Amino acid sequence: MAKPYRSRINRQPSQFRIKFIPSITVILGSMVTALPLITDYPILPPLGLLILLSWRLIRPGYWPVWAGFPLGMIDDIFSGQPFGSAAFLWSLVFIALETLDRRGVGRDYWQDWLIASLSIIFVLICGMLIIDFQSNLLRLEILVPQILLSILLYPFMTRLIGAIDNWRVAR
Amino acid sequence: MAPPNNRRPGFSKRAQYSIFASYLLGILGAVVGLLLLLISIFDPQGFAVLRTIGAEATAPVSRTLSEVGGATGNAGENISAYFNAASKNADMKRELEKSRIEILEARSLKQENERLKRLLDLDKEVPDAIGMARLISSTSSSSRRMATLGLGTTDGILIGQPVRAPEGLVGRVLEAGPTTARILLVSDGQNVMPVKRASDELPAFATGRGDGTVDVRPINLGTNPFNGGDLLITSGSGGLYAPGIPVAVVIRKTDTGAIARILANSAKVSHVIVQPMFQAETVAAIKQEKVDEAETASEGGE
Repeated sequence: MAKPYRSRINRQPSQFRIKFIPSITVILGSMVTALPLITDYPILPPLGLLILLSWRLIRPGYWPVWAGFPLGMIDDIFSGQPFGSAAFLWSLVFIALETLDRRGVGRDYWQDWLIASLSIIFVLICGMLIIDFQSNLLRLEILVPQILLSILLYPFMTRLIGAIDNWRVAR
Repeated sequence: MAPPNNRRPGFSKRAQYSIFASYLLGILGAVVGLLLLLISIFDPQGFAVLRTIGAEATAPVSRTLSEVGGATGNAGENISAYFNAASKNADMKRELEKSRIEILEARSLKQENERLKRLLDLDKEVPDAIGMARLISSTSSSSRRMATLGLGTTDGILIGQPVRAPEGLVGRVLEAGPTTARILLVSDGQNVMPVKRASDELPAFATGRGDGTVDVRPINLGTNPFNGGDLLITSGSGGLYAPGIPVAVVIRKTDTGAIARILANSAKVSHVIVQPMFQAETVAAIKQEKVDEAETASEGGE
């Protein structure tokens, strides 16, 4: 009987969970492209980015400003984009978000969603222009379904990440 | 939202410096990312090893899941097929009747063709398959159109080999790992194929548009002879693709050419066949020519 009582007092959250769960979820999100979803046009939301944005907006101050670079590089391995594109774009998003945070104005849920949506649109459009600027500039409408899907998926992602976050810090 | 713990540095110099340093690292990350991006734009194969490692690492998962649910792309179509089923059935019966006759005609033509080929001693050009496998995943979140194939160099796959399905051309091998290979799909914007119109051998170039269609441009610029429904097949020039593989059907005319829908929709083909390069010597010669040209150009520039 002693053991259960002992484990209920003076408990510490698992340090492994605290430190690594956010990165692991982002990397798993990036690896979703390994699922056998074969499509003829870009439709799958960039799940790695969505999860990263959820973490970033739920827990401002958790990620350092440079975190977009290593996570973006891992995303590049799986996404099929030219290597370095997510590393570059995610870094830019992180710098912008950090600057926003430093302004010190509290945000509500809707503003978080707006910020996430703008970031998603920025990354997807720039990602397409990086591949071939001249010809892709004329057919950005291909991205519309993917952008809409990603923006609509973001609130659900935040819910999921919020639940994971609760579990992460649970004692 | 939870408040960040270090939002206001106040007058503490140390806190201000640490914020400055973290910004600096962030900007450094962006700059290094941009450099990597420039390297990979000028040398697209430069980071192929990393991507191959990624594909190899996730291949077991992809392979197992693709065996389980091979029909991911068809769910919507299976449902919509129930609507107007009766009239569709009648249409299909009519079509079947028509195509049966055409198949008989084609069969006799094929025999005739084989006889003539034997006369000319051209029979060796018929390429046989190196391997057959499923597409196990694709870059479904990126605007690049690439897919991963469950075969690699251990099965004899080499970079540049054309990949096709019974319906038509799927793409070509771009990167090859031990047990997986990346396929550049026909619809990718960087994929340019020499094609010809099946009816009169009118030569053209097809470039992917990233959404299941290709841009078709005739080689004789200034004319625009395409009509809706024209079948485009590979012409065999360039030596990469064997001639006669169906590629796309014209759906719309544009100012400079036409837009055509790709026949082998990579979302629906279940198995693909990897073929040897049609004329590997020609491809090698073209590459050598390009290198020579670049060398003479750089010498001229110096």
